[in-house]
Amino acid sequence: MEASASNTPRILDREPLVLNNRSYSWITNRICGIVENKQPALWWILFVPSVLLTGLMVFCFAYLISTGVGVWGQKQPVAWAWDITNFVFWIGIGHAGTLISAILFLTRQKWRTSVNRAAEAMTIFAVMCAGLFPAFHVGRVWMVWFLAPIPNANAIWQNFKSPLLWDVFAVSTYFSVSLVFWFLGLVPDLATLRDRCRPGLKKFFYGLFALGWRGGNRHWSHYETAYMLLAALSTPLVLSVHSVVSFDFATSVVPGWHTTIFPPYFVAGAIFGGFAMVLTLMIPVRRIYGLDDLLTPKHVDNMAKIILLTGTIVGYAYCMELFMAYYSANPYEAAAFTLRGLTGPSIWAYALMFSFNVFAPQLFWYRPFRHNMWVVMFVCMCVNMGMWYERYVIIATTLERHMTPGSWGEYSATWVDQWTFVGTFGFFMMLFLLFLRFLPVIAIGEVKGVLPQSDPHFDDHAEKGIQEEDLMAYPDRHVAKPIAA
Amino acid sequence: MSTTLKRVHGYLAEFDNVQDLYHAAEHVRDAGYNRWDVHSPFPIHGMDKAMGNPRSNLPKLVFCGGITGTTVAFILQTVTQTNFWSSLGLGFLQEIVETYPTVVQAKPTDIWTLPAFFPVMFELTILFSAFTTLFGLLALMGLPRWNHPLFASKRFAKFSDDSFFVCIEARDPKFSQDGTKALLEKIGGKNIELVEDEI
Repeated sequence: MEASASNTPRILDREPLVLNNRSYSWITNRICGIVENKQPALWWILFVPSVLLTGLMVFCFAYLISTGVGVWGQKQPVAWAWDITNFVFWIGIGHAGTLISAILFLTRQKWRTSVNRAAEAMTIFAVMCAGLFPAFHVGRVWMVWFLAPIPNANAIWQNFKSPLLWDVFAVSTYFSVSLVFWFLGLVPDLATLRDRCRPGLKKFFYGLFALGWRGGNRHWSHYETAYMLLAALSTPLVLSVHSVVSFDFATSVVPGWHTTIFPPYFVAGAIFGGFAMVLTLMIPVRRIYGLDDLLTPKHVDNMAKIILLTGTIVGYAYCMELFMAYYSANPYEAAAFTLRGLTGPSIWAYALMFSFNVFAPQLFWYRPFRHNMWVVMFVCMCVNMGMWYERYVIIATTLERHMTPGSWGEYSATWVDQWTFVGTFGFFMMLFLLFLRFLPVIAIGEVKGVLPQSDPHFDDHAEKGIQEEDLMAYPDRHVAKPIAA
Repeated sequence: MSTTLKRVHGYLAEFDNVQDLYHAAEHVRDAGYNRWDVHSPFPIHGMDKAMGNPRSNLPKLVFCGGITGTTVAFILQTVTQTNFWSSLGLGFLQEIVETYPTVVQAKPTDIWTLPAFFPVMFELTILFSAFTTLFGLLALMGLPRWNHPLFASKRFAKFSDDSFFVCIEARDPKFSQDGTKALLEKIGGKNIELVEDEI
């Protein structure tokens, strides 16, 4: 058998992260163009209602402050209801951003570069929305500084043994660290925007926040170390935040809350819901701003797979909760789940939770569904709603049916509850749209760094025709059939 | 007519792609220069080796920051919520904060309540480490810096788009007007220009 040059086994290339062999300057122009050009009509169509809804949110909070926290629907026995549900919902959304920016960075998932900037922005905005609810839930929001360990005239210090205070530290640390991480990632891209601006106010502000970045390798060297350190710090942090949120429930003695499965279950749910929100935002963005070459179907496919994985973990947790309620032989625990799922007043919420979170993502087993943007959007919308219902089920419906039937009660949300929540969506959208307007939505420098021509040994690879790392990682998967001469 | 004094900052040479820049860096390193840098729109894998850069010292700083965070959280919580410092004979620490320990949830008020303090200790470790990373990085890079002689070069603005530069500074003991320029030409540098700093 003769092996001619034309039919020696070749290595199949991996799917490229940037399609159509785009050049560095194309990437710069395309992403900076979003900021520099006029926004499309759709931007204004979304922005105006978002601002109005933000106004509505401000009004609802003002009404709450002037009237009292009783304008929300919670009363005994349901003292935690929509507000805490919304808090857990929003804080969970944020987790996908940190997962993409930190955990996928540590695991060398290069595809993250196209989504991490927007996902991190989403994290910060979601945590801002989340923080509002507990702040107003305390009743006297002007006393919220009591949460901070500051010496005060009462000489009373925070109860550091309480999971609620752990939460204060976890969420505020999470917000601060996410902001630092996001800002650090932005610095080289702000320098790009600075260098493209004509002198003026814009150049002043981009220049101010670009910190005088010059892209020197002596800087990059420290910068990359810092980025790695922040990723390594954020990874345990993000896992801790939702674990601590779950401690708010798990350390109590309420049946249905007092379980050890809560921390991993909450973290998986948070990542699950967060990825759905990332896709909900990014699929329209890639279409509207023509970023299809940078945010490829491969990216959507990868994220859909993460949704499938985490959704299945969530489904497993739901089933395990039921099993433990049965197997623990604890009548209160068993009753909590029977009431939640079968006989209680809110079984509709449980049914919605289960079908949106466990059944809907199963569509993603099928590859063409992961590549159809409408199907992906549909599933993501299901997950967005399902994850809100999950928190509602855990929080409100559990409290409706407490230990003794004498303390049972029904819960219904008021209009203030509802419009405050809708208002936070407006606030979130407004911030995200402003982010699109003023900052690069994709990390320009990082995307350039993962192009094949950015490898200093690119020429050597091209000569050899194979990528040895690929060969070593997958001995047979990447070997193509010999091409017929 | 006004006169401005100028000082030579160094030579700036442009390169078309990462590969040329990488090999150029190896040559400059081998020529024995110290005060020089390469400028690129993104970090280049292996460039530290090509330039002969040492590892960043940032992790050491961040470790100290993290330890500080843990310690602060430990002291904050034990001073305000336990009798730990009094039991060591350091009761004055508690007197300073004039404390009422919150005795709830049947949790002890001695050092054995420590596990309940772990979450806050963890969070403050991360918080202090992250801020140390940010400010430590800025200190090591010498940023923020409003202006720099390189910004006077018109071509240099393309470093943040698609161009690659080597800059050898005049501060380098091996720097010479002719020799350095010749080296940059030899290693394939284009648009070589003398960057000057107004003083």
